[in-house]
Amino acid sequence: MIPNIILAGVMLVALILYALLGGADFGAGFWDLLCSGPRRDNQRRLIAEAIHPVWETNHVWLILLIVLMFSGFPPAFSSIAIGLAVPMFLILLGIVLRGASYVFRAYSESDERMQLHWGRIFSISSSVTPLFLGIVIGAISCNATFVKGPNQNGLLRTWYQPFPLLVGVLSLSLFAYLAACYLTLDADTDDLKNDFRNRALFSGFISVLAAFATYIVAGSYAQQIRDGLSRTPFAWLIELAAALSALVAYHALWVRRYQRARLASGAQVALIILGWGIAQYPFLVRPEITIFNGAAPSNILVSLETVTALGAVILLPSLLILLLIFKRHRKSLASTGGKTT
Amino acid sequence: MDNLAAARSQMGISLAFHIIFAVIGVALPLMMTIAEWRFRATGDAAYLLLAKRWARGTTILFAVGAVSGTVLSFELGLLWPQFMQYAGAVIGMPFSLEGFAFFTEAIFLGIYLYGWGRIPGWFHLLSGFIVAASGLLSATFVTFVNGWMNTPAGFDLVDGKFVNIHPFTAMLNPASIPEAVHMILAAYTAAGFATAGIHGWLLLRRGRNRFDEVAIAIALSVGSVAVLIQGVSGDALARMVAEKQPMKLASLEGQFKTEQGAPLRIGGLPFPDERETKFAIEIPYGLSLFAFHRPDAVIKGLDQEPSSDWPNVPAVHICFQIMVGCGSLLSVFALFAGWMAWRRPPLSKHAGFIKLLVLFSPLGFVALEAGWMVTELGRQPWIIYHLMRTKDAVTSTPNITVTLGAMTVVYLVLAIMVIRLLWRHVISAPATKELEQSEVLV
Repeated sequence: MIPNIILAGVMLVALILYALLGGADFGAGFWDLLCSGPRRDNQRRLIAEAIHPVWETNHVWLILLIVLMFSGFPPAFSSIAIGLAVPMFLILLGIVLRGASYVFRAYSESDERMQLHWGRIFSISSSVTPLFLGIVIGAISCNATFVKGPNQNGLLRTWYQPFPLLVGVLSLSLFAYLAACYLTLDADTDDLKNDFRNRALFSGFISVLAAFATYIVAGSYAQQIRDGLSRTPFAWLIELAAALSALVAYHALWVRRYQRARLASGAQVALIILGWGIAQYPFLVRPEITIFNGAAPSNILVSLETVTALGAVILLPSLLILLLIFKRHRKSLASTGGKTT
Repeated sequence: MDNLAAARSQMGISLAFHIIFAVIGVALPLMMTIAEWRFRATGDAAYLLLAKRWARGTTILFAVGAVSGTVLSFELGLLWPQFMQYAGAVIGMPFSLEGFAFFTEAIFLGIYLYGWGRIPGWFHLLSGFIVAASGLLSATFVTFVNGWMNTPAGFDLVDGKFVNIHPFTAMLNPASIPEAVHMILAAYTAAGFATAGIHGWLLLRRGRNRFDEVAIAIALSVGSVAVLIQGVSGDALARMVAEKQPMKLASLEGQFKTEQGAPLRIGGLPFPDERETKFAIEIPYGLSLFAFHRPDAVIKGLDQEPSSDWPNVPAVHICFQIMVGCGSLLSVFALFAGWMAWRRPPLSKHAGFIKLLVLFSPLGFVALEAGWMVTELGRQPWIIYHLMRTKDAVTSTPNITVTLGAMTVVYLVLAIMVIRLLWRHVISAPATKELEQSEVLV
């Protein structure tokens, strides 16, 4: 019983980290699509530099999530793979195109047409992938039953519905908001900072609208998860904290305190996902598979957790060294005017 | 095309591409680290340039390999949900460990790329070594999973469900270690010879130069040492297969009849309908010696199982012949190269030798792909040997042909782009400027 909760908790943490790090990368790609105005090229450059050092490591969180799910909760993975094959495949396609086009763009510096072409693919796939990530989250949270077998299931029925689609929009807007908040801090000129501040304010507003719409629609399509939100006082506290961080972030953006905005927006997104996790408990795939009836034997769960803990002991210090080196790298970039060879 | 055929084709195409990226991603960091070590030992700028070039290559391939690896982890579920549902818990351990090895590789690759001049030299070299070692571990863990599909262990089967699972026993199944060693050596062989061949070709085109010479020296050494050990590893793997998967051995040797003192067949074409392998050169008692190290050992033939449970015997047999043939040719070439380097140095002086190197250089990859065809086709019709059939594992989602088409196009584009980028960033002639000033390139 306890190992099931711990493993599910680790998966939730991986999801949160993926949203905070990988999600911001997706969001940055989304803004790449919408770069406009007199500083268009500078905006693109800023986005590329912000992603550059970390993009390879960020997908690891998603891989960790998937691996833990298929090892620890195999029926859930199998059921998602069958029931949500279409959005999963589109996520996959999006990740492939995004990752590959990013490298191809970065390494085609001498060929402008090629760069433009891969840049377009990069930004489109960055924008579409979060939409489908959200759709999958939405679909496993509502009661669209996954019937095994193609005839009853169809390709669309499990996910092409108001609730999952709205969760998709919500995730995209949150990722975009997160990325814009991060980019205000990375920007090197006031004009650029301002560009991304406006984008952050705008996407933050959209995400609040999307959140309300999701909540309302949940009333008719996903009543259970809405009940989950009000089930425990604990959930209320998290919602309250999320709302407070949202206010702090918005205020900080308004008064141009970008460091604070970045922290608060990160906290906001993390708390929203944490709140979702608690409301979803104990389900992995509503309405059938829970972390108890869909789990591998507990000795497997315990050994997975042991390996994860050992891995964390080795990896976290290494990650710190890496981030430290990046910080120095950024500083030297700043001092040389952002040009690398 | 039915769902099973489409799913198998999609998995096959994904794996065939992934294996190329992954193999270079495993071997290139080793060569990159050797180059940096030579630079730190000798101060020769050509080694430094090479280390940086190969680091760029590693980055491109790591990125593409990571992406295509993510594809595979999704496809396991999207194409084979029944397999993952029943086996996920048993084989989750190596997959999780692979995830951590991959993470380590990503982190230290970042440290390596951005650490030039920012961290102490010894630590930089160590980072390169960790990248190489974790790449090796990633490949090992993934191959363990394939080993388990061939020789499943570490559980009891009760009413069609896996119970009493011991994750580490499952991970270290009988096939795992021999198969992983074989795979790692294959990676070094394939990437080593291919890299040496490319630099050989460039050497022929642009004349003798230090950059290509040191590149050939490192790559050819890695490839040659690996291919010579590969012979021993192949023998160990074959004996494991003989003992645990006699039907697989029978199909890769084209052995239809159970026989004492079976001959080793070189070449030939199996005719499953006539239950006979024709046109082969037969070495008496060879197979018994080869598989059990005894001339009178009994080799089980395909006749032990109904022909409906046979794999595609001609395909498996031919791929096996290709793999062994390429491996043998490369081993001979490696010995020849060693002799040349010892008696007639420097190698780059002999245009004939370099031409031969270019000619032989793709054989490692040919052997690698053929070898995977042997192990995957040879296991059919089972996804888990003698436990679960591939057709029972496939997804019920319709229209797999559509995703097959889409992924095939994506992979083709990826392949073309990777080749273009490697061409520009790793292979093309270094400007003399680059050779003179050894600054940070990344």
